[in-house]
Amino acid sequence: MWSRIRGLGRTAANPLHVAQWRFMRIQRPSPTSWRRSEQQGRQPAWQLAVGTLSTLSAWPRRLVRRRVLRRLLRRALAPGIRLVRRLITLWRRSLHLRVVTGTLVLSAVVTVFVGLVLLRQVSMGVLEAKVQASVAEASAGFRTAQQTIEAAEPAGDPSELTTQLAEDIALRGAMGGLYEVVIDVVPAAGGSTSVARSTRTTVLTTSVPDDLREGVRPGKVAYRYTLIRHESGKTSPGLAVGSALREPRSNAMLNVYYLFDLTQQQQILNLLSRSLLAVGVLIVVLLGCVAWFVTRQVVTPVRMARRVAERLAAGLLDQRMTVQGQDDLARLATSFNQMATNLQRQIRQLEELSRVQRRFVSDVSHELRTPLTTVRMAADVLHEARDGFSPEVARAAELLQNELDRFEALLGDLLEISRFDAKAAALDLEDVDLRELTRRVVDSARPLAARKGSPIELVLEETPAIAEVDSRRIERVVRNLVVNAIEYGEGREIIVRVASDQDTAAVSVRDHGIGLKPGEAALVFNRFWRADPARTRTTGGTGLGLAIALEDVHLHGGWLQAWGEPGKGAHFRMTLSRKALQLPQQSPIPLVPDDLVTGGLPPQDSAGDTSAAGPAPDGSAHETSAGPVAPQALTSGGESADLTSRGAVGGAR
Amino acid sequence: MKGRILVVDDDHALAEMLGIVLRNEGLEPFFCESGEAALAKVRETKPDVVLLDVMLPGKDGIEVCREIRAESDVPIVMLTAKTDTVDVVLGLESGADDYVVKPFKPKELVARIRARLRRADQATPETLTIGDLVIDVPGHSVKRDGVPLALTPLEFDLLVCLARKPWQVFGREELLEQVWGYRHSADTRLVNVHVQRLRSKIEKDPEHPQIVVTVRGVGYKAGPP
Repeated sequence: MWSRIRGLGRTAANPLHVAQWRFMRIQRPSPTSWRRSEQQGRQPAWQLAVGTLSTLSAWPRRLVRRRVLRRLLRRALAPGIRLVRRLITLWRRSLHLRVVTGTLVLSAVVTVFVGLVLLRQVSMGVLEAKVQASVAEASAGFRTAQQTIEAAEPAGDPSELTTQLAEDIALRGAMGGLYEVVIDVVPAAGGSTSVARSTRTTVLTTSVPDDLREGVRPGKVAYRYTLIRHESGKTSPGLAVGSALREPRSNAMLNVYYLFDLTQQQQILNLLSRSLLAVGVLIVVLLGCVAWFVTRQVVTPVRMARRVAERLAAGLLDQRMTVQGQDDLARLATSFNQMATNLQRQIRQLEELSRVQRRFVSDVSHELRTPLTTVRMAADVLHEARDGFSPEVARAAELLQNELDRFEALLGDLLEISRFDAKAAALDLEDVDLRELTRRVVDSARPLAARKGSPIELVLEETPAIAEVDSRRIERVVRNLVVNAIEYGEGREIIVRVASDQDTAAVSVRDHGIGLKPGEAALVFNRFWRADPARTRTTGGTGLGLAIALEDVHLHGGWLQAWGEPGKGAHFRMTLSRKALQLPQQSPIPLVPDDLVTGGLPPQDSAGDTSAAGPAPDGSAHETSAGPVAPQALTSGGESADLTSRGAVGGAR
Repeated sequence: MKGRILVVDDDHALAEMLGIVLRNEGLEPFFCESGEAALAKVRETKPDVVLLDVMLPGKDGIEVCREIRAESDVPIVMLTAKTDTVDVVLGLESGADDYVVKPFKPKELVARIRARLRRADQATPETLTIGDLVIDVPGHSVKRDGVPLALTPLEFDLLVCLARKPWQVFGREELLEQVWGYRHSADTRLVNVHVQRLRSKIEKDPEHPQIVVTVRGVGYKAGPP
């Protein structure tokens, strides 16, 4: 809410802020992003106020001054803003605080309203009685005075008469001590003299309000509340009741005002309002306390649930809520605990399952390996001694030896795969120079390559390609790729490249063999997949090599991708983040080989694969992704955009 | 030289086959079927190398390995069907010098055994210094300020290998070849575990090694003398 109001203020102030404000609104949905946007809105927080103000008086010449003002304001308000922001955070986070504050505000409003009504009623009651009594008193006085005037001797001096009259009235007032009198003499000729008469003769004639002076008419009684001013400078609340008396002979008017003291009533009302205020404050405070207490009853279990849930999420599956009573909160706790128990059971089951599977793999491994070792050694002994056998037996010994190799490799690969499936594979990370590792693999593969007639060219960079990897696994991956390239390389050149950049390191293996037919790039990493079922394996591969390689690379969080084109060979690329377990963002080696990018385009740089969109050497339409001559590639790491134009098959992980 | 090899394995067929292979190589095998009896058999036969199966009924190979190591420096080669890092490291940390994963080729096994036996043959007088350590190569002793440090023969070999060429950085594969006698299959965990164990014995502060220094991305080298 706050931000919206603030945001609107800014919206008006600056078009740039409109965008910002929209951004904030977009950012709002999740609580964290909301907080973030709050942070981003840190600086503008006070600007809004200024912005709004400045909109009202947005004169260009004030711009400079406004900027200075802003800066000063910002500096002056910074600590306050921090405090406010902290309070806002507390407010947003604490249900408790919100409920208590809400209760306080509402009860304060109600109390003030009730207090005002009460005060009004009481003061009306108190004052009305006094007014009635005063008016009655004064009216009686007026009547007596009028009678006195009319009955006075005609020859008398009007001013003397008034003096006499005033003294009479004043005397009466003095007897009761209830009122004081002010008399205005208004001769027929115009002008007026004001005479104050009272017991103490201390009251000033200005105590009579002007509008009452103007409003008095003969025969009518009017009154006003007023402030009675004494000569001593004291003032007291009072009631002025006035009437005009006509002196029939001189036709002069005598305006007589009675001033009744209301101090007592004022005191009563003061006392009353003080009491009301005290009671009101007390009520509000008590209600606040009640709200705090009641909310606590609700919030405490909710907070406990939150804490327990957080601990559960952190993996402490034994955490439970305490259940007290049978109310809604207790039922919430019960349900919560049931949920936690079910969750725990499920997780335990899964863990148990995984453990059993792992145990099984381990047992099978041992149970199979021990007799196999014996067989292996026996076969070896036979193989060593085959020269002394008859040709058939010697050949049998050879076959036994060779097939045992295959069997062993297959068993090893199967166990490796089941270890991946059981999620029992763990990384043993260390810093490894991929150049050294690759050189080692290539060197050990050279005899095999030489037998197949494929020369291997190793392209290395000057700088070490150090990455944090499990060297055993990565070496296996590279070996698999190289052996695979030799297998399908048709005796042509194989290029192995190692490259690295700031964040990633990559090894790629390019062969110029049979390549991959459309759709095959997506299949090469499948278990036991064969490009051509009729084709026999010559290098003793198990059919699981690339599948294991993919698992190994994925375990590192890296990519293993394949590209291929019929007759153009295939290209496999492994990309790893140099920091362990991070996803690479790009690869220093393009997936589509450089040698295929023609048409005068510069060779691809290490920035990535976008330049893979060069014309295909066979001139086929680049957009075709499944055409008969479309190049094929598989991406296994989610990087597919770079290959779309060359018909890559994107395999998301 | 006729090496005396004690084979501790409960699998009769495998033990017999091992016997055949070892005898063919001119080695002298002795057999023991259970973990409980292994220690007594070691005392009795005084073998030059012990081949120890990890999975033994009753007392398992790791426990047996600890027992043997507690009273003897005899080289121990573990036979294991488990290749998980945890198992391998556990085996090595219990004191084994090397391990061979089943199913192994007889030649591979023999090469490892020979590598363990070989060190007895070297006897050229030689004294090396590495850090503040003085190594008497033929006397098989390492001393710091005249106080001898107890190292197993393998740890000793590892230290000597590093100390002989203090200017050279040894890759893990190179060490495997020089110290363990490996040729191709490289398991660098072997090196890591043994370097850690060596450090725990010779370094003043194994967390900040001064004598066997890690060279990031390459391997290890001897620290400045």
